[in-house]
Amino acid sequence: MADVSYKDLSINGLWKNNPAIVQLLGLCPLLAVTGSVVNALGLGLATMMVLIISNTSVSLIRNLVSDAVRLPTFVMIIAAAVTCIELLMQAFTYELFQILGIFLPLITTNCVILGRADGFAARNSIGPSFYDGLIMGLGFACVLAVLGALRELSGTGALFANMDLLFGPDAANWKIVMYPDYQPFLLAILPPGAFIFTGLIIAVKNLIDDRIKKRQNAVKASPVKGAKRVRVTGAVS
Amino acid sequence: MLGRSITRNSMLLALFAACTTALIAGTHLLTKDDIAEQKRLAEEKALLQIVPRNRHDNSMLDDTIAVGPRDLELGLRVNKQIYVARQNGEVVAVIIPAVARDGYTGDIELIVGVNRDGTIAGVRALAQRETPGLGDKVDLKKSDWMLGFNGRSLKNPTLSGWAVKKDKGIFDQFTGATITPRAVVAAILRVLQFAETNREALFDTGDTNIAPTGDDT
Repeated sequence: MADVSYKDLSINGLWKNNPAIVQLLGLCPLLAVTGSVVNALGLGLATMMVLIISNTSVSLIRNLVSDAVRLPTFVMIIAAAVTCIELLMQAFTYELFQILGIFLPLITTNCVILGRADGFAARNSIGPSFYDGLIMGLGFACVLAVLGALRELSGTGALFANMDLLFGPDAANWKIVMYPDYQPFLLAILPPGAFIFTGLIIAVKNLIDDRIKKRQNAVKASPVKGAKRVRVTGAVS
Repeated sequence: MLGRSITRNSMLLALFAACTTALIAGTHLLTKDDIAEQKRLAEEKALLQIVPRNRHDNSMLDDTIAVGPRDLELGLRVNKQIYVARQNGEVVAVIIPAVARDGYTGDIELIVGVNRDGTIAGVRALAQRETPGLGDKVDLKKSDWMLGFNGRSLKNPTLSGWAVKKDKGIFDQFTGATITPRAVVAAILRVLQFAETNREALFDTGDTNIAPTGDDT
């Protein structure tokens, strides 16, 4: 495959082809664990780690495995990576592990991971594959974190509660209470809230894309205007 | 030709299976002790919130009395342990597990700390699936409602007071959720009655292997 530019990879992973809000992959954990920032970030980071490990190892062995056994090997690598991460989280962030529960092992079935392994890492060398895993994971984690923040803020009126589960005891006072005496807004915390806020995030992204496109068109159009003489009738072709 | 490719592929798969298994086994061995320690800490953390370290000098996790479904007051579905807190060998408090089976969304698992003088040292909900925002105020992370039980006993309030305000008791219900607090209050009352009935077995015996009313058999 031709050279891949790291800049393109970044734009793709974080924005243009974001796994969560453009490819809409891995929606199940996305909707289930984004009730608060710490949960969302926990799962986001775990997914990112798995993506990096799986992309890198798949790229390493890409010339070794034949097409026929390609997928089983990939799945084995991914499952092993997930299990290892699960064990590590159990050892070092036990409470978060308990909160995320079933969604940690379910990272294995997150289509983003197999998708990137088969669609990118299996055809690219190790550097770009590692970077692709990092950026795709980051894109996924960012959307998760934003969604978690929106839901936590509108649901409980505070932000960054219980961050010590992820970042150690120092983070216990990171909690910001935006609105004291906030009556919890149930809809935002329950699953429907996840759908609504995901929809809103996608809408905002599309809006921004539209704006950018319009501005680019305007920029493109103006030199054409300047190059020609001003016409008072008819349309500029 | 086909045979050779099948052999080659299966060898390859086997090799990968071996490698990934080795990787997982290695991680497991490395993290095994940490995980066991974390589990113990998490278990002990809830106990320590009720009876802090300065009130006892034994390891509560290792000083237990078996209870189970036969102790009807506790509503347990499986065998559990009462944790005993001692200071200089004397029992200062016991932490009794209980289940409120009549929660709004299934069982609410509680632990209730009862002091030697019959007052409540503290109550925590260990597991509950009550409605978020309404019934989940039994979780101390969401609301400090649970702290309202501290210092209460069978005499304070008297029996008729052991109910939510809606039922002419003294304990607050939650806005929009009466069933959950009602279940919890009733469960705590039953634990206190259990502790009163089994006072001697719980507080006066030095032998931790004697079960109060029934054991796991």
